[in-house]
Amino acid sequence: MAGSSLMDSLFQRTLDDLIKGLRLQLIGESAFISKAMDEIRREIKSTDPQTKSTALQKLSYLNSLHGIDMNWAAFHVVEVMSSSRFAQKKIGYHAASQSFHEATPVLLLITNQLRKDLTSTNEFEVSLALDCLSRFATVDLARDLTPEIFTLLSSSKVFVRKKAIGVVLRVFGKYPDAVRVCFKRLVENLESSDPRILSAVVGVFCELASQDPRSYLPLAPEFYRILADSKNNWVLIKVLKIFKNLAPLEPRLARKIVEPITEHMRRTGAKSLLFECIRTVVTSLSDFETAVRLAVEKTREFLVDDDPNLKYLGLHALSILVPKHSWAVLENKEVVIKSLSDVDPNVKLESLRLVMAMVSDNNVTEICRVLVNLALKSDPEFCNEILGSILATCGESVYEIIIDFDWYVSLLGEMSRIPYCRKGEEIENQLIDIGMRVKDARPTLVSVGRDLLIDPALLGNPFMDRILSAAAWVSGEYVQFSGKPFELLEALLQPRSNLLPPSVRAVYVQSAFKVMIFCLNSYIQEQNIDSSSYIDTLVENGSESISARECQDASALASCDVSDQFEQVEVFNPRGSNQPPKVTFAENDRETLTRVQTCTSASLEDNSSSLGSIVELLNFIQFSLGPLTWSHDVELLERSRNLLNFIDLIRQQIPDGLNEKDGSAERELAEISKIVELILDAFSDDFGPVSINAQERVPIPEGLILKENLDDLKMICSDIELSEGSYSFGNSLYEEKVDSSILSQQIPQESESSNATTSLLSEHRKRHGLYYLPSDKTDDASNDYPPANELKEQDILDDDAAHLVKLAERSLAMKKKSTSAKPRPVVVRLDEGDELPVTRKKPQLNDEQLSDAVRDVLVGSDARPTSSQTDQSSKPSNRRKGKEKQNAGNPSDSKENLGNVEEQSSNMVDTSLRRTHRHHGKDGKQASLEKNSEKKDQTHKKSKRTSSQRHGRHKAKQSGDTSLPVASQTVIPDFLL
Amino acid sequence: MIRSVIVMNTEGKPRFAKFYDFQPIEKQQELIRSVYGVLCSRAENVSNFVEAESIFGSDSRLVYKHFATLYFVLVFNSSENELAMLDLIQGPTLSVFVETLDKCFKNVCELDLVFNYSKMHSILDEIISGGQVLETSSSEVMKAVEEISKLETASNSINFVSKTVSGWRG
Repeated sequence: MAGSSLMDSLFQRTLDDLIKGLRLQLIGESAFISKAMDEIRREIKSTDPQTKSTALQKLSYLNSLHGIDMNWAAFHVVEVMSSSRFAQKKIGYHAASQSFHEATPVLLLITNQLRKDLTSTNEFEVSLALDCLSRFATVDLARDLTPEIFTLLSSSKVFVRKKAIGVVLRVFGKYPDAVRVCFKRLVENLESSDPRILSAVVGVFCELASQDPRSYLPLAPEFYRILADSKNNWVLIKVLKIFKNLAPLEPRLARKIVEPITEHMRRTGAKSLLFECIRTVVTSLSDFETAVRLAVEKTREFLVDDDPNLKYLGLHALSILVPKHSWAVLENKEVVIKSLSDVDPNVKLESLRLVMAMVSDNNVTEICRVLVNLALKSDPEFCNEILGSILATCGESVYEIIIDFDWYVSLLGEMSRIPYCRKGEEIENQLIDIGMRVKDARPTLVSVGRDLLIDPALLGNPFMDRILSAAAWVSGEYVQFSGKPFELLEALLQPRSNLLPPSVRAVYVQSAFKVMIFCLNSYIQEQNIDSSSYIDTLVENGSESISARECQDASALASCDVSDQFEQVEVFNPRGSNQPPKVTFAENDRETLTRVQTCTSASLEDNSSSLGSIVELLNFIQFSLGPLTWSHDVELLERSRNLLNFIDLIRQQIPDGLNEKDGSAERELAEISKIVELILDAFSDDFGPVSINAQERVPIPEGLILKENLDDLKMICSDIELSEGSYSFGNSLYEEKVDSSILSQQIPQESESSNATTSLLSEHRKRHGLYYLPSDKTDDASNDYPPANELKEQDILDDDAAHLVKLAERSLAMKKKSTSAKPRPVVVRLDEGDELPVTRKKPQLNDEQLSDAVRDVLVGSDARPTSSQTDQSSKPSNRRKGKEKQNAGNPSDSKENLGNVEEQSSNMVDTSLRRTHRHHGKDGKQASLEKNSEKKDQTHKKSKRTSSQRHGRHKAKQSGDTSLPVASQTVIPDFLL
Repeated sequence: MIRSVIVMNTEGKPRFAKFYDFQPIEKQQELIRSVYGVLCSRAENVSNFVEAESIFGSDSRLVYKHFATLYFVLVFNSSENELAMLDLIQGPTLSVFVETLDKCFKNVCELDLVFNYSKMHSILDEIISGGQVLETSSSEVMKAVEEISKLETASNSINFVSKTVSGWRG
């Protein structure tokens, strides 16, 4: 055994050997690694510390870069950490910081080792321990080692002290009570003259203040001093970040820091500091006009810079400004619009956000036009970003900015046809939502839906499915606005619809049902009118709008020749689209056609007025749906069976012979009309939006436990995703949504059978071609999509950019409300519950403890010296202790009592003011000058602002009492006035 | 606070990775892969910022720099300045990480990083500790790193003086 150990240590591979071996790749990487792991497992058990540590080093290398597990070696890590040799100790500590985490059991064993190393005289050993602690300090470790950290916070070695400061963050986070011990020392370090210490401590405060800014308000004077004095960019950036969080809490503070920040902005050459100044001004000091002006000026330098990073950040800064200072964007609109076609994706995205932020009800049409054109030319990713942001912006708070819904609905249709469009779900939701909310938009909605449904090229694109489903639903639900329901039916039942997933097809079938019922109904309505007088009135009334040829058509229609009738469809369609949707037979039909609204076009009446056409319609539906009765999709099967059975029912009443139009037919009509009316009634109720809070208003039945743990159900429900829209789909669509996920697995056989149907149908088409849509569309439209627009060359792009700028020039400018716009239609809004309730994140328990502790130390009475502190203060040398007391007496002592006594607070103000004054007399003077100039616009506060600071002190106290609400929990010294 | 420092080559092989909030090793590998997935598709001469919230969770930003065959990646939260982070890797006014590596290895290249794994860690630990940037002067970093390697060789070569060594800087 001893022999093998000796062999191990003599012939052990070092880390370098391992790396070389890995690179040679003689036996393949994974084989090599597993061989090396075998060696490591053996070597790490060695009694020789050198062998053990080398093995551990190799292990942590493999762990870090090759993902090899090393949790099993935790105990060996502890062993190597405790080695007395620095090289080995370092390997151990490195392995620990890499692999230990809070749940590592051996952490319990290392407290003493860490304590020993933290108190070591070798600063590098201390540094190792501190590094490690900053990674995995647990509550226990933080508590047990707080005294050592406390000592190190005032170490005379900068190297150690800065790392101790770095560790404090983790210690505070884990063990908030450490604040009571260490906070004062930490604050003392803010006065250090060493830039490295200052940088470290400011970094820690920056992190702390970002979590809970209010607690650190009392330290504002310290930070202010650093802001005014420091020349170190790193330190300044961190202080600015602190002030960014503090300033919104305290208006006086904001007023005070504006001056030094603008000074830095003017002076600095470092872009990082300049950007931080800009960011601070635009986020937290946006009320100060001069500062904002300067910030925008500097931002412009960023925007025109060649460095894409600066350009991006510049745009980002502008986007923060938008809500309060939209002029800043307008001033730079040219750059912003040009950036939309930048090569850099970040820049493009940021400028898109900016443009969207500028959208208002006046310019939404123009901006969307520009953007949709841009989307057509963009790469897929950016194209969808554009579409997504258009949809989000326009749909915001129930389409607040949309006035012309006809335009918007057409835009939705246009967006669906953009080749790269992947926003099917959003478009689907909006199409349906608008249908339910905006009555006036329904006619356009139906015509947009028709255009989508009728285009066979759109079928087969999986991203279009959702949109088509919405289009089908809309067309079925609001079919009364359709000019040509027959055409709609064809589109819904076209053979290529077998490319759709069953869930969408089910919607198609349901819509076809609705359309059919509508056709039947309008046929019945017409039959109720005496057919002879019908044609007469047609001739008389229609003399203005109907040409002689049409009259011929109408009489041909009466003769009911089937083939003629088919021609009708062809002949009437173009006319229907040319003619304004005016009712030709308005006089006669108004009383009877209750549901058919005024915009029903003439061609529909003509089509449906013939029994032949109705029979043909039924035949067509039967024929198209026939194959579906073998569908493997339950929903589809059921719906098509429903429809087919209904047709069978009707058929018994309608004589097959096409010539028996009179007499017997009329009697039967009465039967049919009863059935049709019944179904029509079922369809006639309008769907409306449902508040998302509706559920909450339902009283909870007794005995129902809503909070019951239903975790077990998660597994079952995981594949059923419920959409969280603000409306419900009513029965039919809701079901469709659910089964879309359940039944989405397509069964291979179905595609086979549908192939068969396709060929069957094409035969059918040959025979009855007239009944189909124009052949160039349906006939052999391939699966291919219209080729995506390719990206143009850069120069063309630039041209495009120029064009874009021109186009957008007008639209971005804030125009006066256009007067000619038509009145905005009524949009159904629910009083509440259209927006999702915003839940505020509650701070975590640990955070609360931390801020409580900080407040106690800063504001409360004397921080109670805990046992560890008294323990500690007796340990270090007398000199240090004395120094500590001295320090405590000076600034932090007064800070303790800040909140309690006004008098004392003004004393404190005095000291801090004097200090600031001494350090930066120039700044102080400038500040007072600034104040004088501000006097003009702040007349009511005039008396409180005097040029003499000494004088101002008393006034400051007054103003603190009277005008300015003092923060309830923390108090900021009045030096700021 | 800095969350992570990753150096990888242009083929996606990690050369160095450090995560300042603990991540299990599988997660580390996954994060590195997703970062590479984003970086490799980016063109040259575009900005150095990458949307990172989808990879690293909320409040995280990512900057990277591309040198020859290497990507240097920094992930951090809103307490850091983006441009300063770029400077921390390498920048016009200040250049910490790359400059130190250059000083250390005389024109650093990928192979230097491959064979000096431990030294890389020593260097980075001097610059960043617990996610906080503690040193931005490359000469200070060099000084500390040299002291550490002296100490390492000393403790390795002299077997019995380890105690004296630890008192050496006393």
